[in-house]
Amino acid sequence: MTPDLECLTLTKRFGDTLAVDEVSFDVPRGSFFSILGPSGCGKTTVMRMIAGFLEPTSGDIRIRGRSVLDTPPNKRPVNMVFQHLALFPMMNIADNIGYGLRRAGLPRDQIARKVDEALDRIGLPGIGQRKVDELSGGQKQRVAIARCMVLEPEVLLLDEPLGALDLKLRERMKVELKSLQAAFDTTFVYITHDQSEALVMSDHIAVMNEGRFEQVGSGQDLYYRPATAFVAGFVGDSNRWSGQVERVEGDALILRTDSGLTLRGDRHDRALSPGDRAEIFVRPEAIRIAPSAEDLAGFDNRLSGTVTSLLFNGADSRILVKDEGSTEEIAVNLPQSGEFAHLARGAQVHIGWAAAQGNCFAAGAS
Amino acid sequence: MRAEAKLGLILLLTPLLLWLTLLILIPHIDMALVSLRERVGVGEYRFSFANYWTFLSEPLYLRTFLRTAVMSILATVLTLLIGFPVAYYIAKMARGRMRSALFLLCLVPFWVSELVRTFGWMILLRETGLISNLLQYLGLVDGPVEMLYNDAAIMVGLIYTSMLFMVVPLVTTLETLPDEVIEAGYDLGGNGASVLREIIIPHATPGIVSGCIVVFMLSLGNYLTPIMLGGKDSLWFTELIYSQFIVRFNWELGAAFGFLLLGLSSAIVWGMLKLTGQSLEKTMG
Repeated sequence: MTPDLECLTLTKRFGDTLAVDEVSFDVPRGSFFSILGPSGCGKTTVMRMIAGFLEPTSGDIRIRGRSVLDTPPNKRPVNMVFQHLALFPMMNIADNIGYGLRRAGLPRDQIARKVDEALDRIGLPGIGQRKVDELSGGQKQRVAIARCMVLEPEVLLLDEPLGALDLKLRERMKVELKSLQAAFDTTFVYITHDQSEALVMSDHIAVMNEGRFEQVGSGQDLYYRPATAFVAGFVGDSNRWSGQVERVEGDALILRTDSGLTLRGDRHDRALSPGDRAEIFVRPEAIRIAPSAEDLAGFDNRLSGTVTSLLFNGADSRILVKDEGSTEEIAVNLPQSGEFAHLARGAQVHIGWAAAQGNCFAAGAS
Repeated sequence: MRAEAKLGLILLLTPLLLWLTLLILIPHIDMALVSLRERVGVGEYRFSFANYWTFLSEPLYLRTFLRTAVMSILATVLTLLIGFPVAYYIAKMARGRMRSALFLLCLVPFWVSELVRTFGWMILLRETGLISNLLQYLGLVDGPVEMLYNDAAIMVGLIYTSMLFMVVPLVTTLETLPDEVIEAGYDLGGNGASVLREIIIPHATPGIVSGCIVVFMLSLGNYLTPIMLGGKDSLWFTELIYSQFIVRFNWELGAAFGFLLLGLSSAIVWGMLKLTGQSLEKTMG
């Protein structure tokens, strides 16, 4: 089956700056694809090229196998949910949703029927006569999606539409967007800088940095098997050390950090040999904490130190541990079983993690 | 505390109230009284509607009155048609320095007095003027062409004088329309014409209406431009008022004319607001 959307070596230059650098990807039919990246990485440029508001410098965009480069934005079978939603404030909700249908020249009674259907589908029946500014943030969100979906686009583009909502609503809308996507059974391309939005909703995520795709994969892939140092650092939190590779045995290696620690890590098939500069990433939740060194006998990396800070954040609470003989603080997730609930600042703790959890990358890659 | 606040409010309002009562309210009451009296002898007056009756019974007055109204409406419409693209360009397409430069260009003509500006048009349009000479030089016409002293010349002068007052409110309202909304209009299948009709114009309506009101009133009450650029056949109602007061020394009729003009402009502005569904607070606030 041809993918709904294909981008082939898509490139965009603005004067001397290369905003998007030979990006290629395809989005299978009916899937939820996210482009995740820090602001200024070029993700909005990609989106605007797909929508037709920008012309690529080179490369091709295909929708269901047909190139759309020569199609103006108002004729492309893609629609966009804008960052600030861009509902038309001069029209009521029904006219907003019916706008595209009116443009397509549908008869009045059909438009009315389709608008009612769309309102039912987003769970807001009977609000057609209301004004835009009478709706709450979440309702506007749904209307903006309905306004696009009545046109039955092949691809729906969403440009950080949750950015303007408050945290609680954002959490709810994540789930809602995912179920709307399933309900409409349309391909969604979603861009965001918020990794949790991307991880929760997407089937596939592309991590973008400085105009390039660093890695494309499922959320699990990005989280557990990052392909580059940038992905390891950007997706989820990590403790990060840089240092020099001392020994390599198969995938396992020993790294001496600049701060003086000797850590065992894993290179996961990446080319690293003794003497190379490398970076090692260890997730706070991969580190085990124990009151005595014996409990950690099974781990390759064992350290002991004092607790310098307690960062309480509910389920995601952490401590910072300062190792003896090192200046760096290591973030460690607190288990939720309660055994460390009385841990105080200055307490002595032992921490350890398996070598396979220490992801190593050649330094300077990001 | 309350007394102090009250005193402050009174002090703040005093200049405005003085201005309103001394310069607007009192003269108008006096004018109204003057317009409603008839001279029956030396220094003897009596209450009557004779002045208004004179206006209605003299075709020249009535025709000039209507002509002034129609021409002012036409000038307003033309100013809007020319000013809208200019304002759209300044508000939505120009960026940074270009934008301030364009705005400044709209403002520049107002640095010289209206008299000098109008003389500028006379230099261009008169029989021995630049355009006439240019046309002769190019061999497009045989003899000198007189382009002054007709309705078209008045129209050009009025539009030129009013342009800024149309462009400024339009730029202000168009600036508040997010680019995203226009893009959404295209994205959902709209073309240039339908985006303009359904999104840009409805959004800009308050600006259009307030610009039109100002331009219409300026045109209707203009004196200099019609006098200098218009000919003998192009009378403006303000000229009639002037001649009643200054030339004929007939203050009673002049005052009646003044009130008729006030009534006319109020009626047309009211009609314009009703037609577009706007209110004065919405367009001026």
